[in-house]
Amino acid sequence: MDVLTIIGQLINTTLVFATALIFTSLGGIFSEKSGVTNLGLEGLMVFGAFAAGVVGHYAQDAGMDTFSAATMGLLAAIVLGTIVSLIHALASITFKADQVISGIVINFLAAGSTLYMVKLLFDGAGETELIAGYNRIAIPYLSQIPLLGDAIFNAYPTTYLAIILVFVSFYVLYKTPFGLRLRSVGEHPSAADTVGIKVNRMRYIGVMLSGALAGIGGATITLTTTGTFSHNTISGQGYIAIAAMIFGKWNPIGAFGAAVFFGLAQAVRNYVQLFAWTQSIPPEVIYMLPYVLTIIVLVAAVGRSSAPSALGQPYDPSKR
Amino acid sequence: MSKLMKIFTGDSFILSIVAIIMGLILGALVMLIGGYDPFEAYSALLTRVYGDSYNFGEAIREMTPLIMTGLAFAFAARTGLFNIGGEGQFLIGMTAASIVGIHVHGLPVYIHAPLAVIAGAVFGGLWAAIAGYLKAARGVNEVISCIMLNWIGLYLSNMIINNYALLDGENRSVDIQPTASIAIGWLSEMMGNARVHWGTVIALLAAVFFYIFMWKTKQGYELRAVGFNQDASKYAGMNVNRNVVKAMFISGAFAGLGGAFTVLGVFGYQSVMASSPGTGFDGIAVALIGMNNPFGIILGSILFGTLTYGSAGMSFSADVPPEIVRIVIGAIIFFIAAQGIVRWVLKPFYAKRKKEKVL
Amino acid sequence: MDTATPVVELKQITKRFPGIVANDSISLKLQKGEIHALLGENGAGKSTLMNIVFGLYQPDEGSIEIDGKPVIIDGPNRAIELGIGMVHQHFKLVQPFTVTENIILGSEPRKGARINYRKATEEIRKLSEQYGLRVDPNAKIHDISVGMQQRVEILKTLYRGADILIFDEPTAVLTPQEISELMEIMQRLIQEGKSIILITHKLKEIMQIADTVTIIRRGKVIDTVKKTETTPQELAEKMVGRNVSFKVDKKAAEPGEVVMYMENILSKNKDGMAVLNSLNLQVRAGEILGIAGVDGNGQTELIEALTGLRHVDGGKITLHGKDITNLTPRKVTESGVAHIPEDRHKHGLVLDFSVSENMVLETYYKAPYNKNGFLQYDEVDKKATRLVEAFDVRTPSIHTMARSLSGGNQQKAIIAREIDKNPELLVAAQPTRGLDVGAIEFVQKQLIAQRDQGKAVLLISFELDEIMNVSDRIAVIYEGQIVGEVLPEQTNDQELGLMMAGSTVKRGAAHE
Repeated sequence: MDVLTIIGQLINTTLVFATALIFTSLGGIFSEKSGVTNLGLEGLMVFGAFAAGVVGHYAQDAGMDTFSAATMGLLAAIVLGTIVSLIHALASITFKADQVISGIVINFLAAGSTLYMVKLLFDGAGETELIAGYNRIAIPYLSQIPLLGDAIFNAYPTTYLAIILVFVSFYVLYKTPFGLRLRSVGEHPSAADTVGIKVNRMRYIGVMLSGALAGIGGATITLTTTGTFSHNTISGQGYIAIAAMIFGKWNPIGAFGAAVFFGLAQAVRNYVQLFAWTQSIPPEVIYMLPYVLTIIVLVAAVGRSSAPSALGQPYDPSKR
Repeated sequence: MSKLMKIFTGDSFILSIVAIIMGLILGALVMLIGGYDPFEAYSALLTRVYGDSYNFGEAIREMTPLIMTGLAFAFAARTGLFNIGGEGQFLIGMTAASIVGIHVHGLPVYIHAPLAVIAGAVFGGLWAAIAGYLKAARGVNEVISCIMLNWIGLYLSNMIINNYALLDGENRSVDIQPTASIAIGWLSEMMGNARVHWGTVIALLAAVFFYIFMWKTKQGYELRAVGFNQDASKYAGMNVNRNVVKAMFISGAFAGLGGAFTVLGVFGYQSVMASSPGTGFDGIAVALIGMNNPFGIILGSILFGTLTYGSAGMSFSADVPPEIVRIVIGAIIFFIAAQGIVRWVLKPFYAKRKKEKVL
Repeated sequence: MDTATPVVELKQITKRFPGIVANDSISLKLQKGEIHALLGENGAGKSTLMNIVFGLYQPDEGSIEIDGKPVIIDGPNRAIELGIGMVHQHFKLVQPFTVTENIILGSEPRKGARINYRKATEEIRKLSEQYGLRVDPNAKIHDISVGMQQRVEILKTLYRGADILIFDEPTAVLTPQEISELMEIMQRLIQEGKSIILITHKLKEIMQIADTVTIIRRGKVIDTVKKTETTPQELAEKMVGRNVSFKVDKKAAEPGEVVMYMENILSKNKDGMAVLNSLNLQVRAGEILGIAGVDGNGQTELIEALTGLRHVDGGKITLHGKDITNLTPRKVTESGVAHIPEDRHKHGLVLDFSVSENMVLETYYKAPYNKNGFLQYDEVDKKATRLVEAFDVRTPSIHTMARSLSGGNQQKAIIAREIDKNPELLVAAQPTRGLDVGAIEFVQKQLIAQRDQGKAVLLISFELDEIMNVSDRIAVIYEGQIVGEVLPEQTNDQELGLMMAGSTVKRGAAHE
């Protein structure tokens, strides 16, 4: 294979891996900008992937074409992700539970309950039945640019959606009243409260958005990569998305860049083995790569931390 | 004695018990919805665990590493740190113990075995200290770094086994030298060959150590102070960074011991693992159920071990998918984390009591 | 007396919290166009009352009338609708946001789906001119001065059409000059038809600007008087409930040798800016040196450098001739420096430790508290019992969590601990902040007692009165340097205020 083809394929694979990270890190941004830490993104992705796998299967079985079936799966993922995120919201906002623990609880529940449901629905099988998922959609003209056109402009619909959402999120957060209020609630909830903004309501919305977006993120993996849902469909991407959010300084555009970076780290795994000089490196080193990179990035980036000031602290009106 | 009574009537104990009951009820509801009989399921679970000496011994075997990873999380939590890297520390400790157990020759059992155990503790501690150092020196959030180290630990462990201890043609290491084993042969025989080992004793001692260290020593005082208020500790002259690393090291050592027990006491070899065993994360649940208290953790691991070991019984006898137990456990820790819900349920019972203590 | 309908009338407002009646049947009338001061010491119930007016709390009993009509104020939104605005003591401003964003938050002018920043800036400019409130609409809050931040707080209320403005301890963080500016702003607001409630414990300001004063003590109204018919002495007595002397009782100082010398100290922050810049300071045995200055001019950094919490990049700090520059905090303490920190909750105590455990926070590692690595709790308890008695720390037991103690008692515990170390130099940072008059007297007495025993005392405070009353000598800090040294009897507020703002540099009594 010549180098250019490989680069093209690498870009393509990068985008595929990055897409899930983009959705999920955007979700993380909405939650954390409103002041609620959400470590449950991993579990929310699991629920999303599960919903997509199950509903997508039934939709396909019912005779829908693959695109519609996949989209039904996507919508189901949004719904399920939102509903599950309410558990985290309820525990940490209304009941003022520790937000880190509440997020970890979501992850705990995710693994157990999704697998339980799969066994229930699929006669004891450990994974959902294979579905076709999405096919790539080529953008006319742009995808015909030689070399890179095919790499970038012939992508899954979820990838296009992700990029659109990046810019939409940026607009919403920084140009609209809703965004201003959401950010105020995460920086100085007391200030927001005294001008009449309902702090907890804003935080619920932030968490629910993170549930919906992480749900899409998980669904993306089922619908464009694996075609099924099983216990290792989601393996750490939720946490990597959190790292992308931190690296991107809680800004949608920054998170987008970071997600692409991490997507590249994951994509590289498939390609490094092609070269002779890489054959002598134990494969585990390659597997480790995204995680090692994450740590290196965090060490380098942390000096510029710009987390929302009230992140992680439940808001107690009586302590005004 | 009165101190013991205080524990059992304390707020946190009652909170835990109620949360556990609520979780079990929720599990029963989920089973009903799935068309299963909760009574059959729960009794099958208990029969499996406590029904005969073999299963009982095996259940204890299952509970032991949970005590260790539970102590690991709780120790760090008491010093203000979230150590969710128990998975990685467990595996690295396991690997260290394996290597010492496999490659060190010519030592008598009363030196070799302790050496392997200590290796597990030390390397588990060092793995955790990495996260501690990153936090202290560079302010890297320990939650993320621990999670990354979990994955790195998994692949690193596999790499070491694959390259330095592999049993040809198999997906596991060679056996450890018999002089490194901590299995209790005679007791095992008595319990139908259940794999009981000295690690259980060490685990109980570790809980006692936790208590004494944390509340009776000068170092424990320092760690608690730093855990409660880093700023005041700094102003009072304590070296916060050093304490963060120390705390993570001890925490990781607990987890590493748990991993060492698995190889040295149970299997006698280490497998190349496709995915992380989950004991580290389970330890977090145990610590939460036990309210980050060493004796609570022992009780919590008994509960957790009973539920998970017994789940196989549920699936054989009552045909219930064992994952239901994960849902029960998830619900229990949810109720513990969101204490407000439990308090709300208990409000009518508390109306008459005057509450003085704050949880 | 006025028979006009008051703009705000509070009728027998009562508010209870667990264990305390914060407001006990309080009645108050605010007339239109007047400045009505609410006077009381810390903890008297003023803030609770105003939080009720602003809708943050609901009264348990009593009613509120606006322009003669009874209203229920169930939240800030309702208060804003009724024309009530509050300028908080601790500004409710979002630091990374701009002035404009803070002002419009929650009432953003829109253009379609987006915020119409142009319109917002326009409106703010108009208000700014109308009321003489200078602000830079595009500056971020963390970049602007405290005075401007306060003006932003005021603009927030005006932007929402407030006619009734409540000022909560507005001068706590201002220089004398900024205080004068604020007085002018308040006059302007009255001229434009507003009515003001001024919450304060500062008699000087009341006599300057208020029309009417209501005195509150322990949740009850003691009296309501017209400013013209009373004196500061009378007000102080009503506020505290007994005879109050303004002057602190102390004999003349007998300063001895130099105990601590900070010589040409240079310290830089992360961005490379010098926060301490050629700072020179000497404290003698048997004297109290007071450091006056506006918050943010290097006081915190000075203390940090002295106590080993901040790196010193140039210069030398000596204690009795011994070089203590850049030693670790523990070594500095062991050299004989004690420190009463300005934030007792953050730096002074571990609130979740018992009183007893807090007493050994700096000494736990030494004998007799530490034997072979094990804590000797009976020794710890012995010390705690002794200190609690000697310094009258009110606590149910030495095993009570520090969190449960009142602010005054927490401070007493800290002072007990620090003084018990028998230090050569005692550093006290804002030691009376947030305390009631009784506790303030106690603290100041302790500082003077230390000085009388021949110790060196360094006092840092934002309360000029305290500096003037307690210090034997005053140094003024401005932008990381000592810009002037004076004797309290030879200076006044005006001169100090000018130095604090960097206007004049006066070299006072020379030291060699």
